[in-house]
Amino acid sequence: MPALDRDDVAHLARLSRLQLTDAERDHYGEQLDVILAAVARVAEVAADDVPPTTHAVPVVNVTRPDVVVPCLSREDVLSGAPAAEDDRFRVPRILDEEEQ
Amino acid sequence: MTTPSSDVLMSFEDAIATFDPVMGLEVHVELNTLTKMFCGCPTEFGAAPNTQVCPVCLGLPGALPVVNQKAVESAIRIGLALGCSIAPWSRFARKNYFYPDMPKDFQTSQYDEPIAFNGALDIVVETDDGPQSITLGIERAHMEEDTGKISHLGGATGRIHGADYSLIDYNRAGVPLIEIVTKPIEVEPALAPAVARAYVTELRELIVALGVSDAHMHQGSMRVDANLSLKPRGRAEFGTRTETKNVNSIRSVERAVRFEIQRQAVVLSSGGTIVQETRHFHENDGSTTSGRVKEEAEDYRYFPEPDLTPVAPDEAWVESLRATLPESPLLRRARIREEWGLSEHEMQSLINAGALDLVEQTVALGADPADARKWWTGEIARISNERGLDVAVLPITPADVHRIIVLTSDGALNDKLARQVIEGVLAGEGGPDEVVASRGLAVVSDDGALLEAIDAALAAQPDVADKIRDGKVQAAGAIVGAVMKATAGKADAARVRELILRRVSGA
Repeated sequence: MPALDRDDVAHLARLSRLQLTDAERDHYGEQLDVILAAVARVAEVAADDVPPTTHAVPVVNVTRPDVVVPCLSREDVLSGAPAAEDDRFRVPRILDEEEQ
Repeated sequence: MTTPSSDVLMSFEDAIATFDPVMGLEVHVELNTLTKMFCGCPTEFGAAPNTQVCPVCLGLPGALPVVNQKAVESAIRIGLALGCSIAPWSRFARKNYFYPDMPKDFQTSQYDEPIAFNGALDIVVETDDGPQSITLGIERAHMEEDTGKISHLGGATGRIHGADYSLIDYNRAGVPLIEIVTKPIEVEPALAPAVARAYVTELRELIVALGVSDAHMHQGSMRVDANLSLKPRGRAEFGTRTETKNVNSIRSVERAVRFEIQRQAVVLSSGGTIVQETRHFHENDGSTTSGRVKEEAEDYRYFPEPDLTPVAPDEAWVESLRATLPESPLLRRARIREEWGLSEHEMQSLINAGALDLVEQTVALGADPADARKWWTGEIARISNERGLDVAVLPITPADVHRIIVLTSDGALNDKLARQVIEGVLAGEGGPDEVVASRGLAVVSDDGALLEAIDAALAAQPDVADKIRDGKVQAAGAIVGAVMKATAGKADAARVRELILRRVSGA
């Protein structure tokens, strides 16, 4: 598993909407390398006959009937919002000047 | 940002003389389940903002999603109706992106394991040589969830560009969606826009026939993204594509495809390159403008959703759902047309009036197809237009219309009275018989009463009576009119005419 270079980290940071300094890129790059190495180790141990899994327990088709259950009150819903206006969540400008 | 008018276009004819268009159509259908895809919040359209949300669809910590059984069944039924294979094992995935329309910062979707794949849909396109049948390949149909509704404020246009801030209503976040994706569509270049339109039309009919969505494009419960690329004639590999979003009517699908063909043709023939991007469709002038540069699939960092179990429908379940499929709309139209002996044009006006189902149900009750069509596409369609409502939502049923037809053919009502009965039924005055009774609308069938009115009319217009006696039978029309007026339209005109002639001839 090749180590992540600064550009890889910068790309990930952009996708995550994080602004990182060069020092931070190096710092997180090293940490991500450790995680990738650990995952690579698991991949080595797993033989071809072991299918990738996302669940520890083999359960399928867990569903619920199409029946309405009570929702939160709007006061509760908006109580956790950093800002609200007109019964809705208020968020800062989405596009930067340069994106416009 | 590009303004709509700045695009120079090549004429459509020139564009298709040089390039072959390749289309890919992605249609999102909002299911009509009572609850959301992964939680029990209601999905009712038009509720007050943020009143249909809970910890699951708000993505609050610790909340766990559970799949809506009905949504899975609808997805499988759509897949089967499109001739797809149903995956015996399919999973949900997280599509990660940062945009505030999803409070979770990801959309739960399906990625490499869609519930349905590899199908086909037959469509019919009008060409100069008459209708042509074309089979389009379906790549996949997968389950996902809708996003919240964002309003951009502070800017002049209400659009994201120039806005100061945005407000979000999460009622729609989590509503079940099925995304249906075609295989690349390569047809005779001149037909491409019409094929796109015919596909969306046919798919919509199918979805409505399945009863899984109301598929209202203007309300956003069915939305189309049109991918389009051009390749110089003779080249095998596809060109770079754009994805036009925001196409909100069937007519717009055709316009958007046509515009992109003309726009891309200019760029390519002047030596430019097409940027892979999303483009926004503008209803007012039929143009598209540049949106964001499209992220690569890997940028979404899809991974299997650990909070949901795989969907693994067994064969018995799939077959039980297959048994619920309706007749394909295409075959049904052909069958009905033949059974009722309709021309292509008559069939089309029946469909355009939104009355096919209603007429079929009325015929099933025993009415003659011609009579049923006459009332549903005539008086009732007229009233529905007047009120700006679909015929299907008017408070009159096929049983009501059947009863009106029976009363008319029995001679108890004439057409004029029948129209008043329809008016009464729509006004909530009860069924046809009740309206006839309460408004006193029955045809005057008592010859004695009619003869009284005829005698009065003949006496009032002796010159007309003389003309009739002289053999000018058409003059009787004036007397018929007078009698109809005297009986407030409640007489059977044919019977009145018969009685007049008999009276005048002294019989």
